Amino acid sequence: MSTFSRRLRTLVATGTIVTVALALAGCGARAGDGTPGAESAAPSCVDTSGDTIKLGFLNSLTGGMAISEKTVSNVLHMAADEINAGGGILGKKIKYIQEDGATDWPTFAEKAEKLLTQDCVAAIFGGWTSSSRKAVKPVVEKHNGLFFYPVQYEGLESSPNIYYTGATTNQQIIPAMDFLASKGVKRLFLAGSDYVFPRTANAIIKLYAAKLGIQIVGEEYVPLDKDDWTTQVAKIVAAKPDFIFNTINGSSNVGFIKAYYDAGLTAATTPIISVSIAEEEAPAMGHEITGQYASWNYFESLKTDTNPKFIKSWKAYPNSSGVTSDPMEAAYISLYLYKALVEAAGSFDVDAVNAAAKKNTITFAAPEGTVTLDGENHHISKPGHIGRINANNQFDIVWSSDKFIAPDPFLKGYDWFPANVRDQLVKAAG
Amino acid sequence: MNALVPPLLNGTAQGALLLLAALGLSLTFGQMGVINMAHGEFLMIGAFTAYLVQQVIDSSDLSIPVALPVAFVVAGLLGLLLEVSIIRWMYRRPLDTLLVTIGVSLILQQAALQTFPAQGVPVKQPGWLDGQLTILGYSWPLRQSFTIVLAAACVAILSAWLKYTSFGRRIRATVQNRDLAETAGISTRTVDRLTFFVGSGLAGVAGVAASLIGGTNSQMGAQYIIPAFLVVAAGGIGQLKGTVIAAWAVGVALSCFAYWTTGSLAQVLALILVIVFLQVRPQGLFTVRTRSLA
Repeated sequence: MSTFSRRLRTLVATGTIVTVALALAGCGARAGDGTPGAESAAPSCVDTSGDTIKLGFLNSLTGGMAISEKTVSNVLHMAADEINAGGGILGKKIKYIQEDGATDWPTFAEKAEKLLTQDCVAAIFGGWTSSSRKAVKPVVEKHNGLFFYPVQYEGLESSPNIYYTGATTNQQIIPAMDFLASKGVKRLFLAGSDYVFPRTANAIIKLYAAKLGIQIVGEEYVPLDKDDWTTQVAKIVAAKPDFIFNTINGSSNVGFIKAYYDAGLTAATTPIISVSIAEEEAPAMGHEITGQYASWNYFESLKTDTNPKFIKSWKAYPNSSGVTSDPMEAAYISLYLYKALVEAAGSFDVDAVNAAAKKNTITFAAPEGTVTLDGENHHISKPGHIGRINANNQFDIVWSSDKFIAPDPFLKGYDWFPANVRDQLVKAAG
Repeated sequence: MNALVPPLLNGTAQGALLLLAALGLSLTFGQMGVINMAHGEFLMIGAFTAYLVQQVIDSSDLSIPVALPVAFVVAGLLGLLLEVSIIRWMYRRPLDTLLVTIGVSLILQQAALQTFPAQGVPVKQPGWLDGQLTILGYSWPLRQSFTIVLAAACVAILSAWLKYTSFGRRIRATVQNRDLAETAGISTRTVDRLTFFVGSGLAGVAGVAASLIGGTNSQMGAQYIIPAFLVVAAGGIGQLKGTVIAAWAVGVALSCFAYWTTGSLAQVLALILVIVFLQVRPQGLFTVRTRSLA
């Protein structure tokens, strides 16, 4: 063989190895290791002497997750401006430091460390993926800091240093199942992206479905970064479900929706209920999805006393995306919840804040209604709503829970959820 | 319904999309030896072009056929710009092109993120692609056949161009022996530029096809670049027919594994298959026979 083609061969080999290595680098990353518990925490370096208080915002502004997290960052800025206009927290204006998590979980850990130890912020707000939260968790636990996480997630977690303002499973997945049972659904298909949230959610769905008498006729996962769902949808068509439970996330949802309609499925025959398609995502599907369902705690169409003001402020905000949605509302709550906590504690000190939370009296008149903080598990009560997408990509609310659902991240109040499965899932989630 | 029908048909379509993404690479990587990690972003630019064309031409029946040549030219010109400004300084340093083009791909991704709505933009499918073909009891989405027809057309045009036009002959001469081609009076600089234009343009066409299958957003290029490189490597460099066969084989393997096992396992199994194949036959399916002594 000539040296010319040998050179090309080396080239091919190098190219392939490097591309594969690059692809794997994203998956193999390990979160920063830190010892949990506050015993090693140095005395807090937070400066509360001036007339400002520093807070850290940690969102991915670059990389794959910027698609979702930019909005959270913008809404946090808006909330900070609002609070400052109203006099700040304990009379101190918020001075925020925005950091970019860059869709890289070790970066989230490093930036959290930097925000806590160098910038000396009083609390950090942000994160989206569970991986980013799990990267920040040991850092805030080590330095006895505070982290406010604004996205619905798979539950099975609590930390004295984290407050969760998105839904846990009993506030989103279980209401969705109750709704399906009320519709008389008998055959359910589970379609999800392949990572911790859909896997855990589906494990819970299967247990609850058995209790409700709903048959699971299939379960399919596609990696988060793959959009082509055509082959999997062929399996859905063959399984003939009466409803599809969709835990797909990100751009893969677009591929799923396109493959679904192209296979001849429609909302009239085989509707979809989603837990990740909100007002922002609906118009990007490239296909009308009128008639499909979504389970959230907040919709732009929600009629509460507080919602019109939130919508108006967001639409007028310079970096606005034009519509409001559940994750951004949860981010909005997180900053106001922190304000309420600090004002109840009368101090920015983490232990004082946690002690104030323990009284279970912290509330905030959120756009979704007045939410109450659970001082034990650091989650908030939320109403469960099912919306049906109309032609304007807004949701008509077709079902709501009787009352606000108290957060139960470990599903201890549900007899169909066995303790050994809980231990297994907690262990698997790391 | 035969259990082989859906994975075979969908695998062929998946292979066709892979082929569209890999065709341009087989030119720039296979024939010129440039590892262009920004190829996926040229594909993304093609998809965004489809969206922009839809903003001008309201009817999606018409806008997609119009978007195909427009995307070819837009992505091609961007590729040309990259070649003229950066790549041409690095022809003898393949690893440097890899690093530089990774940088370019990150810049293009962030530029798209800043320019377009972060969630991505909708590209509507032409009405004439709605519906299904019934093949042996399986209702096959019509869109899938469109990808196959488009890929076949691109391969036919490209191979005819390489075979019958004087530019095609000059490209082949340059690939086989650059120095001798230069002595024969061929401007290899012009050939390089044109090859890069066509290779990047084909990525733009692939982007239009991809916009009908998945999401159109700043991250979409990343999911095609690695499989496309694998296809070119497995097919053998500098040979279109190798790329065609490898793309089809990888597509069908992915789809069959996904149908019989799960979508995630399919990715792993297909990757293992390619790695094992390259162990057995490192030069790929076909190689260019050359008299070059260099």
